Amino acid sequence: MNRIDKIISALEEAANHPAKAVKASMKETGKKAVGCFPYYTPDEIIYAAGLLPVGLWGGQTDIKLADKYLQSFCCSIMRINVEQGIKGMYDFLSAVIIPAYCDTLKCICDNWHVAVPQTYLIPMVYPQHRKIASGMAYLIDEYKRVQKELETIAGKKITEKDLEDSIALYEDYRETMRHFTAIVSKYSKTLNAKTRHLIIKAAYFMDKRLYTIKIKELMEELKRLPEEKLDGIKVVVTGILAETDALLDAFVQNRMVFVADDLAHESRQFRTSVRSEGTALERLAYRIADHEGCSLLYDEEKKHGQLLIDLVRENHADGIVICMMKFCNPEEFDYPIYKKEIEAAGIPMLYLEIEQKMDSAEQVRTRIQSFAEMIKLGSSSKSTIG
Amino acid sequence: MDKNISSKQVLNDMISRHYAEALEAKKSGELVAWATSIVPQELLETMDIKVVYPENHAAVLGARKDAPVFLQNAENNGYSNDLCSYARVNIGYANLKESAAGNIPMPDFIFCCNNICNTVIKWYENLARELRIPMILIDTPFNHTFDVPEHSVKYIREQFNHAIGQLEQITGKKFDHDRLKEVMKISTETARLWKKATALAAAQPSPFNGFDLFNYMAVIVCMRGKQEGLDLFKFWAEELQEKIDCGEGPWKDQPEKYRVMWDGIACWPHLADTSKILRKNGINLITSTYPDSWTIVYDSDDLDAMARAYSSNYANRNLAYGTGNIVQIVKDFSLDGIIYHSNRSCKLMDFRQYEVQRQVHEQTGVASVIFDGDQTDPGAFSLAQYETRIQALMEMMEQRRNERLSRR
Repeated sequence: MNRIDKIISALEEAANHPAKAVKASMKETGKKAVGCFPYYTPDEIIYAAGLLPVGLWGGQTDIKLADKYLQSFCCSIMRINVEQGIKGMYDFLSAVIIPAYCDTLKCICDNWHVAVPQTYLIPMVYPQHRKIASGMAYLIDEYKRVQKELETIAGKKITEKDLEDSIALYEDYRETMRHFTAIVSKYSKTLNAKTRHLIIKAAYFMDKRLYTIKIKELMEELKRLPEEKLDGIKVVVTGILAETDALLDAFVQNRMVFVADDLAHESRQFRTSVRSEGTALERLAYRIADHEGCSLLYDEEKKHGQLLIDLVRENHADGIVICMMKFCNPEEFDYPIYKKEIEAAGIPMLYLEIEQKMDSAEQVRTRIQSFAEMIKLGSSSKSTIG
Repeated sequence: MDKNISSKQVLNDMISRHYAEALEAKKSGELVAWATSIVPQELLETMDIKVVYPENHAAVLGARKDAPVFLQNAENNGYSNDLCSYARVNIGYANLKESAAGNIPMPDFIFCCNNICNTVIKWYENLARELRIPMILIDTPFNHTFDVPEHSVKYIREQFNHAIGQLEQITGKKFDHDRLKEVMKISTETARLWKKATALAAAQPSPFNGFDLFNYMAVIVCMRGKQEGLDLFKFWAEELQEKIDCGEGPWKDQPEKYRVMWDGIACWPHLADTSKILRKNGINLITSTYPDSWTIVYDSDDLDAMARAYSSNYANRNLAYGTGNIVQIVKDFSLDGIIYHSNRSCKLMDFRQYEVQRQVHEQTGVASVIFDGDQTDPGAFSLAQYETRIQALMEMMEQRRNERLSRR
């Protein structure tokens, strides 16, 4: 196995076996771990406390026990998280942070106390009025409250310097990831849709410092290779996340390359930087204030559609793939607005309704195939598979 | 008020007038706002702005069976059937602008408060974008703690000031803080009278006629800051008290056999069916979590108190509050049972309902059932399932009553 394959396979291994990867990271760093629910959590503060932030974005567990708390029309990520919590799969975490971005997340917080009492919960609310001074002040107060909780868990005080160091590391991580996603089109075979996804996902289960080093190494190695000819279809993918394996395999089989993404699970985590001015917590609050095009954050201008159109243009993409997480109301509300704008811009669009646990990916596979064929034929007259 | 007419007639007149006046105002060039149901209407009333409430309008269209055409329109435009049906009806209406069941004027701006859910933020964002009109948002962070934390109060109060600035800009008028104090006084008094009237349902038999609560709710939603709203609830309370004094129950032709609470929004398209089955069995629906939701009462006349009040409603509070609230209702109203509406539209209510039901049952032993339905989408409700569940509830209530009698 060459060096590139080794790095990639180690990252894929981490992404495919989260619990094992997290436990290995804990052992390697001697840190306690804190689980982070979607969509944005103060990972920099967790890291500054000397703790390991771990992403909890569902999984492939069958849902049985969570049915005691949640109806079947609750989004699959949350049902699976509750299921895994009840099963004790998060028992090795020192706490979980659940931010109440949507109505479902509010309810998950409430249920968690009862359903998973063994895993300490730090609930959090991010302000929707994130751009005005009072919203920023509220968020900073929330950060301070959470910081205190984390200090108790870590058994240490977090200094301003700890926070600044952590922010610098996270800025490095975010910048590295932006570079990484930008080179995908040059190495579209090595970084096919599935591999790309798993590499990005691995970050949730590793120490960010060590992970960032790995990604930098990977990119250095890739740069030594000749660029790979991109003879597939270039797409921008949007949604909460793009899973399961069957879905990703279908993209790969149809040679669809993710030249850019707007997934909450991927680029929305790292496309926005902190500002340089202010205290550490102010800088973190600015990042939320400056973050655009996410369905979970209030935006009366609805910039989501234009953001997608810009991503298509900048990356010379052939179309947009919408991975609509079933029962996700914020995403479902954004769709009719950006759909209209994307159609007006004449960009082909593929709408896929997905769940994290899909009984059959057959329908999704067929639709991906049809879309790929349509793009290849270059028929732009009727260009939406909706 | 003319005592020859009933409060129900006054209520119906008021609601008709509310909509007629709003349409008239729009025609004569006045500004119209659309607002969410537990919005700090005090700010709008102070500015003398005509307000209509899309949730109330959607409920009206639902009850008059005119929702499907708007639901279909929303679906055609890409709105998932998974989304709140009030939102879908309203977004469909904003597009079609005409209903035989009753019209509302189109808004010049929208006013949204997420103390009822975060769904309204997304719904109103879309309206603002589609109609190209300004949006005012009051963000009331969800209360994980039992009480409203101080930093939330501060944040909400400062948003009131921000909203006042936006209102001054939209209307070109100065905000009158003295007038606000008057409006706050009326609003809090209206809320108190609403609470007082609805609390009279505790009498045995209850003077409430089944689904009355859902009808009178329109006024607490739409006219909380107006003197006429206050007068209506005063009148209604007097009327109910008279019935209590005469020992009158809900129905003239049959006694009140069981007393139940309804959790969640009504199934508007199936209002007649859902109420008939209860009545047939002598089950009187005497209360819900609504009386408390609109009991927006402030302890002083400042913006801090108002901020706290608007963040303190049931939907914005944690499970401990929600459960405690229902346990208290069970005791105060001597309930035999609870009907939980698993409302396909309302994830915030649904995804805590199972646990609320368990905890309330543990603490009170009260009989209860959950049925599947929806507030305005007729398709999500099955009459057969509802009947079966009510039958099961009857059996549980009967059994519990017999057990209690045999213990005596």
